[in-house]
Amino acid sequence: MNVIEVKKLTKKFDEITAVDGISFEVRKGEIFGFLGPNGAGKSTTISILATLLEPTSGGANINGFSVIADRNQIRKSIGLVFQDPSLDDRLTAEENLRFHARLYGVPMSEYKKRADEVLDLVELKDRRDDIVKTFSGGMKRRLEIARGLIHYPAVLFLDEPTLGLDPQTRAHLWEYILRLKREKEMTIFMTTHYMNEAEYCDRIAIIDRGKIVALDTPEALKKKIGGDIIRMQSGEKEKLAKEIKEKYDLDAKDSEGDMIQVEVENADTFMPRLFNELESKIESIEMRRPTLDDVFLSLTDRMIREEQASRKDAFRAQMRIRGRK
Amino acid sequence: MNLSAIYTIWERELIRYWRDKIRIVTTLIQPLMFLAIFGTGLRSALASSSLGIDFLKFMYPGIIAMSVMGVAFFSTISTVWDREFGFLKEILVAPVSRTSIVLGKILGATTIAATQALLLLILAPIIGVSINLTVVPELFLFMLLLAFTISGMGLLIASLLKSLESFGLLMQLLVFPMFFLSGAFFPLTNVPGWMKLLSAINPLSYGVDALREMILRNQISQVEIAKIILRSPGANAMYLVFFSFILVSAAVVAFNRRN
Ligand SMILES: Nc1ncnc2c1ncn2[C@@H]1O[C@H](COP(=O)(O)OP(=O)(O)O)[C@@H](O)[C@H]1O
Ligand SMILES: [Mg+2]
Repeated sequence: MNVIEVKKLTKKFDEITAVDGISFEVRKGEIFGFLGPNGAGKSTTISILATLLEPTSGGANINGFSVIADRNQIRKSIGLVFQDPSLDDRLTAEENLRFHARLYGVPMSEYKKRADEVLDLVELKDRRDDIVKTFSGGMKRRLEIARGLIHYPAVLFLDEPTLGLDPQTRAHLWEYILRLKREKEMTIFMTTHYMNEAEYCDRIAIIDRGKIVALDTPEALKKKIGGDIIRMQSGEKEKLAKEIKEKYDLDAKDSEGDMIQVEVENADTFMPRLFNELESKIESIEMRRPTLDDVFLSLTDRMIREEQASRKDAFRAQMRIRGRK
Repeated sequence: MNLSAIYTIWERELIRYWRDKIRIVTTLIQPLMFLAIFGTGLRSALASSSLGIDFLKFMYPGIIAMSVMGVAFFSTISTVWDREFGFLKEILVAPVSRTSIVLGKILGATTIAATQALLLLILAPIIGVSINLTVVPELFLFMLLLAFTISGMGLLIASLLKSLESFGLLMQLLVFPMFFLSGAFFPLTNVPGWMKLLSAINPLSYGVDALREMILRNQISQVEIAKIILRSPGANAMYLVFFSFILVSAAVVAFNRRN
């Protein structure tokens, strides 16, 4: 059964097409991931699904309700964790939850039980009466997830839930998300630009410049790459790439710095051939199994680079502060 | 409309205000500074004028009205920041009507601004004004009415404002003129026609006029007070009700359209 159905969804901002005719379905109880670099259109898609933005064309249904015609029904049936923090940090954890519950019409008799339950889930029970300002980034994120759950939504949207958290906190947060799926059979729609996180998803859509370029399970996507990846560092990488093309008919792709990489069926037997037959200089060489990063690179000819992404993000935030939105 | 949502949003504004002790203290100190600097500075210059009353006492009600305006305006205009970086998104995505959100916000700002103004009555003895306790309910009513009007205006502007950059411009072109053309610093009884016109469309001037009449009515004679007052409190109340009706309705419409 499909909980979310998206058809030819398009969103244009003046000259930018942020979302460009995407279609996909999300099944009940799965973790569906939207993976793509910054500016790919992930948050815009979530904003449309959450009824905060109207699509330019196309449409989407959640739980059978249209995001255009049945806004109030949609709002009741989704939980949302925004990319940017949206807690009131002058309030306590409990007050944040209570206000949310009231806005969503959760009966106050029911509320107490649910507050305990969601605070338990994200292990914040002993901080319930503390002001949110005193919380760490990870705790705030967890509280936002708890808040998004308290009205028992059919789908939980998480927009870059782990952005800006340290690796340890990130791993921890993922435990909660996976527990949610297990214990509550919650349908989760999430976005990320961290490749390794997408591996936790049941299915992922890779999105680039507003278009879905691939959609499948992480395993199936990696299989598409074929065999193994060999990465070589060389001071003369153009020459090296040309030689590889001539000798083995393989397309070498630019990687970081002075590195190039090729996909081969079996690296164990291919590497000795390279050593024996290549004339171009190679300074170092490495072999590995494909990751989603490689999938993205092979689909778009570009890398998702975290540093670059977060710098751009900071810039965007700056621009928004200055009112460009 | 949804009363529980309005109440929730109103309550949040109050809790936030109550927890921000620094803000409470600053908004109390600011009027004091105005009184100390302008009051003492202008008092000597105006000593021989025909005001008929000590300048500090003359200015005191105006400063209270200005404080109402400042608090009500900034509490609602903050929605601009909230929209992009904060809690407003959380409210906007909830299944509540835009109208409830607007009313909750405006009523929250109104309550805070009026309460803060009520606190400023503590300063009366320092100024040398004795306030009759029976006039306090009447005063508070006007503070609420003025705060409601200005909150409506603040939220209307926040809903229309395209960028944060225009905010600075707004301050220069709107807030400061509103302050200075409110009658807080000089009586509007003997000013040129253009200034009369501008203060007639300035909601703050009705608040200043009304508060001045109520606070000073037992300080000086009827004849003296008539020289510095434009309208009766009843007339001022009617104008403010009219302004608030227009501004709050416009804010509801603009906010609904924007979001
Ligand atoms: N409100 C807006 N006005 C104009 N352009 C926008 C707006 N929101 C997003 N964009 C643009 O749309 C594109 C997609 O943005 P977004 O959905 O935030 O990407 P992601 O979440 O994948 O990083 C970007 O180029 C961004 O600058
Ligand atoms: Mg985003």
